[in-house]
Amino acid sequence: MKTLALTALGPITDIPPGEGRTYAVDGEMIAVFHLRDGSLRAVSAVCPHKGGPLADGQIDNKVVVCPLHLYAWDLATGCSQSGQPSINVYPVREDEGRILLGE
Amino acid sequence: MAVQTSQKGPTGMTQKLVVIGNGMAGARTVEEILARNGDFSVTMFGDEPYGNYNRIMLSNLLAGVETEEGIFLNDLAWYQENGITLNAGVKVERIDSEARTVHDSNGVATPYDKLIIATGSYSWTPPMKNVHNPKRGYHQGVFAFRTLDDTRGMIRYARDHERAVVIGGGLLGLEAARGLQNHVSHVTLLHAMGHLMERQLDEKAGQMLQASVEGKLGIEVITNAMTTEILGKDRVTGVKLADGRVIECDVVVIAAGIRPNTEMVANSGLPVERGIVVDDQMRVEGQRDIYSVGECAQHRGSLYGLVAPLWDQAKVLADHITGTTGVAYTGSKLSTKLKVAGIDVASMGLIAPERDEDEVIVYNEPKKGIYKQLIIRDDVLVGATLVGDNSKAASLIQAFDRGTALPEERAELIFDIGGPAGEVAPAEMADDAQVCNCNGVSKGAICGAVSAGCKTVSGVMDKTRAGKGCGTCKPLVQRIVEWANGGAAEEDPAASWYVPGVPMPKPELMAAIRKYELKSVSSVFDKLVPGGQHDAKSKMGLASLLKMMWADQYVDERDARFINDRVHGNIQKDGTFSVVPQMKGGVTTPSELKRIAEVAEKYQVPMVKLTGGQRIDLLGIPKEKLPAIWADLDMPSGYAYAKSFRTVKTCVGSDFCRFGVGDSTALGIAIEERFQGLEGPGKMKLAVTGCPRNCAEAYVKDLGVVAIDGGRWEIYVGGAAGAHIRKGDLLTTVGSAEEVIRLTGRFLQYYRENANWLERTYSFVPRIGIDRIREIVVDDSDGIAAALDAAVEEAVQSYKDPWKERAVPATPGQFRTSLPLTVLPQVPVRS
Repeated sequence: MKTLALTALGPITDIPPGEGRTYAVDGEMIAVFHLRDGSLRAVSAVCPHKGGPLADGQIDNKVVVCPLHLYAWDLATGCSQSGQPSINVYPVREDEGRILLGE
Repeated sequence: MAVQTSQKGPTGMTQKLVVIGNGMAGARTVEEILARNGDFSVTMFGDEPYGNYNRIMLSNLLAGVETEEGIFLNDLAWYQENGITLNAGVKVERIDSEARTVHDSNGVATPYDKLIIATGSYSWTPPMKNVHNPKRGYHQGVFAFRTLDDTRGMIRYARDHERAVVIGGGLLGLEAARGLQNHVSHVTLLHAMGHLMERQLDEKAGQMLQASVEGKLGIEVITNAMTTEILGKDRVTGVKLADGRVIECDVVVIAAGIRPNTEMVANSGLPVERGIVVDDQMRVEGQRDIYSVGECAQHRGSLYGLVAPLWDQAKVLADHITGTTGVAYTGSKLSTKLKVAGIDVASMGLIAPERDEDEVIVYNEPKKGIYKQLIIRDDVLVGATLVGDNSKAASLIQAFDRGTALPEERAELIFDIGGPAGEVAPAEMADDAQVCNCNGVSKGAICGAVSAGCKTVSGVMDKTRAGKGCGTCKPLVQRIVEWANGGAAEEDPAASWYVPGVPMPKPELMAAIRKYELKSVSSVFDKLVPGGQHDAKSKMGLASLLKMMWADQYVDERDARFINDRVHGNIQKDGTFSVVPQMKGGVTTPSELKRIAEVAEKYQVPMVKLTGGQRIDLLGIPKEKLPAIWADLDMPSGYAYAKSFRTVKTCVGSDFCRFGVGDSTALGIAIEERFQGLEGPGKMKLAVTGCPRNCAEAYVKDLGVVAIDGGRWEIYVGGAAGAHIRKGDLLTTVGSAEEVIRLTGRFLQYYRENANWLERTYSFVPRIGIDRIREIVVDDSDGIAAALDAAVEEAVQSYKDPWKERAVPATPGQFRTSLPLTVLPQVPVRS
């Protein structure tokens, strides 16, 4: 995991369940996903394959699928399921309805 | 001995494995055991003083197209490297199953813990006078065709002689005759039966083969020719037939069939009928530690003389002997695909129909020497014979083996229709040959995925993304995966599922959704997936299905939608979107065009382009600007992004055109008006054209309407002009525009309810069959027309223009940018 200073990104209601939104934090573009099981995941926002916007991808409780060419990455580890480079993952959690990124 | 291959027995001792027979079956079985890290000390006995060679290739050796080195599978070094003791040229004379030893011709007794009998077959000699010479076996100039030594002797002898007779018109005899042509000037093939290869071919096919063998190869063939005597005192001068005819010759090759080598085994008290009797684990009946495999083994009453069953037997035996439980050999469906004496022949299953209701399809083109016969029972291929053209053999063998459903158009089984001419054989492709032209995947990459452990076609496609673009290369990907897998890919159970993450085909899935009243995508995962696991790649297909099934009652979870459907635009390579306003039938007005032009200027739209569907595309719109652009345009969405009804292309029809015989423009607009936005398993692109000149390309649309003289309309379905090109099938001809609209709705609804996810009509229509579709949609033979009409009416009524979401976004941040917009590939602006 990459280290980031702890940052509050706003209310968790900003991200509908099962979707993702992009945030610019400390010069990095980070896609935060609100899983249907209620938990949060944060990964780098840009697909390493062809620069696709990962926050626009479809997710389940495990992976995100890039909307451009449908390559998939594990949201917890950042590992590609289809032989692509890994993506960064960041610590993220919910605290009293707020999204807290970093540590 | 046998350091690398020591198997610990129950007592901790290395187990002794003895294999009688060093032919293809014996050696292959040992290879399979080694591949499973079987820990045995292995001793093999072989009659022939060699390593292990490919007996099938002896005919190539005879024909001079292969060398002796080339046909060896395992040379003597292989035995050493694997710690195998090879007793080459040593015959086993007796098995003592009580003492668990084998006794050989050198008088040595070798103990075993496990014994494998793979003694194969010998060449059978029909009863003929003078065939044997009391002093030296066969009469001088007479040869069997079974072993390397036979072949060497034949080549040596034939060199100095002129005329050869081959006795036996089966596969082996034909190969021998072809090979002998390399050495002598005249070859006659004598066959005791009425036509060649009567075990594999019907009479007609046998005659076609004979015509080719005679005409193309110049081998004289005599059928119904029973050889009764070899003529000549010291050396052969000819053969005599039962009818008294004499065929002059100086070489005779006997290839009249094979018989299993079982005499020693029977004499040792083991059960032998036609062959050595084995069970489903290839164990000799009543014996715990003795196995038999290959041509000498009799399994469930059958003997097999081909290699494919032998490979299957070897695998089961190896699994069982190395401790895998629950494995069973259940017999093989026999199919062969080969070149017989240079002529393509394939044969599987029945050679003649057995029942009155068996469907027989025959194609015969004598001038080219082509004959194809299929026997179909209950829609399953139960037999096929091909002579002269094996281009469809692989797909037929697959259909035969798996019993898969056959295309309605039976002709597709024996010809390539509408596809690329001639199938490429994977073996002949270079490693770097590009297979998938969309995602740039080579044959080598596909083979790499297979050798890395991916054994299913869909698994390889997921891994490499081959076939995941336009999909046209899928059949080739499948052939390569099968080839790299040694013949057959493993069945992917998921292949029949509607979406990969819910283990059900579409009809079962729909039944379950109805039964439990599942109205949202997450409820489908929770209820129908064991463990309740959600699957990102299944969401879009489920969303489409649920919307179709529940219409207004569908619980629309926005995350189930693909991004295009969340923001009602088509995502582009740089993360921007395209905006295509509805333009029914391709007809617009000056004021609409002005508005579009103003929007394009105001928002500095990078590209304005006419689409193939007769509309205007504004490309390169950032997500956050979509609502404002829609508001300024004040036009409904054209649905150029969804798996849905797209557009109706029209020509100018009868209003202006000198040739138009129907008002295609008005009808096209009416159809689009009615079915706008209708979701489906795939895109639905339509067209109405005003005369058969087809300016609107209606013949190649999912549904195309063609005006014909007399105020009538033809309706075509299942056409395509994308990666796949297909002319639609004529569904019916009707007399009014209202009738066109009614049948269009009914057909689209039937497609929506029954097609697989992403299955376009060009696959769906041939899969169901146009006749069947006509019965349902036009003739209402199933009595569901009213229900289809009602269902499509409900869907039509639930239409809402999605671009109205501009006023109140459906979700927080629906149109928020997801992009940094700095590191992305920039699409150049066209001025």
